Amino acid sequence: MKLLLILPILIPLATAAVCLLFWRQRAVQRLISTLGSAAHLAAALVLLWTVRQDGIFATQLGNWPAPFGITLVADLFSAIMTVLGALMGFAVGVYSLGSMDRDRESFGYYSFFHFLLMGVSGVFLTGDLFNLYVWFEVMLMASFVLLALGGEKPQLEGAIKYVALNLISSALFLTALGILYGMAGTLNMADLSRQISTEIHTGVVSTLAMLFLVAFGIKSALFPLFFWLPASYHTPPVSVSAIFAGLLTKVGVYTLIRVFSLLFRQDVAYTHTLILVIAGLTMVTGVLGAMAQNEFRRILSFHIISQVGYMVMGLGLFTPLALAGSIFYIMHHIIVKTNLFLVSGVARRLQGSYQLDQLGGLSQSAPGLTILFMISAFSLAGMPPLSGFWAKLILVKASLDITGYLIAATALGVGLLTLFSMVKIWAAAFWGEPPPAAEAARAKLTPTKKLALYLPMIMLGLLTVTIGLMSQPFFELATSAAGQLLNPADYIQAVLKGIK
Amino acid sequence: MEVLTAIVVGGLFGAGIYLLLSRSPARLIIGLVLLSNAINLLIFVAAGLVRGKPPLIPTGALRAVEATADPLPQALILTAIVISFGVLAFALVLFSRTFKSTAATSLDEMKTTDT
Repeated sequence: MKLLLILPILIPLATAAVCLLFWRQRAVQRLISTLGSAAHLAAALVLLWTVRQDGIFATQLGNWPAPFGITLVADLFSAIMTVLGALMGFAVGVYSLGSMDRDRESFGYYSFFHFLLMGVSGVFLTGDLFNLYVWFEVMLMASFVLLALGGEKPQLEGAIKYVALNLISSALFLTALGILYGMAGTLNMADLSRQISTEIHTGVVSTLAMLFLVAFGIKSALFPLFFWLPASYHTPPVSVSAIFAGLLTKVGVYTLIRVFSLLFRQDVAYTHTLILVIAGLTMVTGVLGAMAQNEFRRILSFHIISQVGYMVMGLGLFTPLALAGSIFYIMHHIIVKTNLFLVSGVARRLQGSYQLDQLGGLSQSAPGLTILFMISAFSLAGMPPLSGFWAKLILVKASLDITGYLIAATALGVGLLTLFSMVKIWAAAFWGEPPPAAEAARAKLTPTKKLALYLPMIMLGLLTVTIGLMSQPFFELATSAAGQLLNPADYIQAVLKGIK
Repeated sequence: MEVLTAIVVGGLFGAGIYLLLSRSPARLIIGLVLLSNAINLLIFVAAGLVRGKPPLIPTGALRAVEATADPLPQALILTAIVISFGVLAFALVLFSRTFKSTAATSLDEMKTTDT
């Protein structure tokens, strides 16, 4: 039991460390990275299965009892996120075997990739706010290096914006932590949840809630704090973009949901209404930004922002169905968005560009890629029967249930505009004639590279279709996860075991 | 003592944010340094200052007899110092690399990846 909570952190750490030992031996690193990410995925799946069977469970590191020691705790939401993180690690890890260039592989790409996964798992599994900060920094440090690795000029410029804004976000987070500790004398989340609900004045708590909202809002790219994202996500190699797009903003959303369902829930009318307004604005600005773009990855980057709006919208509504909708949306979105970035990488490999006007005719030259793009893009836009349709349906239903007509209308309108962007990519890159320049740039893929590139995309594509066609088990999982979030008593009991 | 430290924290925050708002990359970094120092002091003062009372329990007793200094904020600050040291070292190298490849002395000149 105890080991299960530690393994999703330990396996990436071991993988990264062993990769460092084989510095510059690319073949060995590639093998270790693949094995490590497969083991990581297996450990995460066992964790999810155990939590599903036995409920929330926690472990105290070094056997110091909570709230003194550092707690690792997995409820269903954490376990789902850990599995998604590991799944993306596996998919993008395999994809990297076919897409990453020789130099970056030699200079520690795989090590930092697994350090990133370790940080992500740590954020999901920790039960202590300061420990959460430390995992955030582990994740950020690895992401800084991955973003700048290679040192191309656009990469460095993008990295500066990414680094500066994320450091400011961490600074705000740490400020809030310091004040919170001064007030409550503890940073264990279960203990804090108990204390905030009984002892502390709401005025100060609301101020702290806003500090956390801004800090995590920067990390999850909420309106109006998202500007670092479209300025940096399109600059690194595509597998780095894909893992960032799939996981990093969603880590921010995870912490928002965790903090605003466990700690700051005594003034829901104020905090969660504000979150709902921000969610609406995030959706609209993101999708409008995407319409103005003509580069494959920039369009996708702006759509990350608009989709984060949907996930946060469920938190803003704060009903069981809405939270379930958020969790379902995260599951759907991570898979689909990562896959779209992976598709854009293959398109670039085949025709030599991310610019839509330099792409064309992919539906004839790469029919398999076209089908994969179609599945993911239409799922993102919310076409039935794909996963995005159910995700949007749950959220819209949840907002109509509590007569939130404006936010429901916004969600539907943004869905339509998303479809517009996807059709734009479709018409420019997949239909039409290939531009003359593309013929010269076209690279032939060797069969092994093709396997490494297509296998993860097919896996994620099949998952999207599966979630769409058999959404019931996934929806039930999301519903029980949301139930646990809305009843913090179980979480507190699992961590503190009745300690007064 | 607490009032004085609080004023210092406020001053450091103000100076840090002022520097963050300027266009020069070097000032941005210094701003981040000041900000992280301000936060470390903030954690220290928010948790309450106790002078000359180490958290030691006399032999034979189960708990401390009188109120002692809280050791946890110091552990938190130590961790935060180490993290900010590492992150700032990285940021410095990143900025100097960027300066070498773009020769930009103002953040306004780094707009090629913006939208």
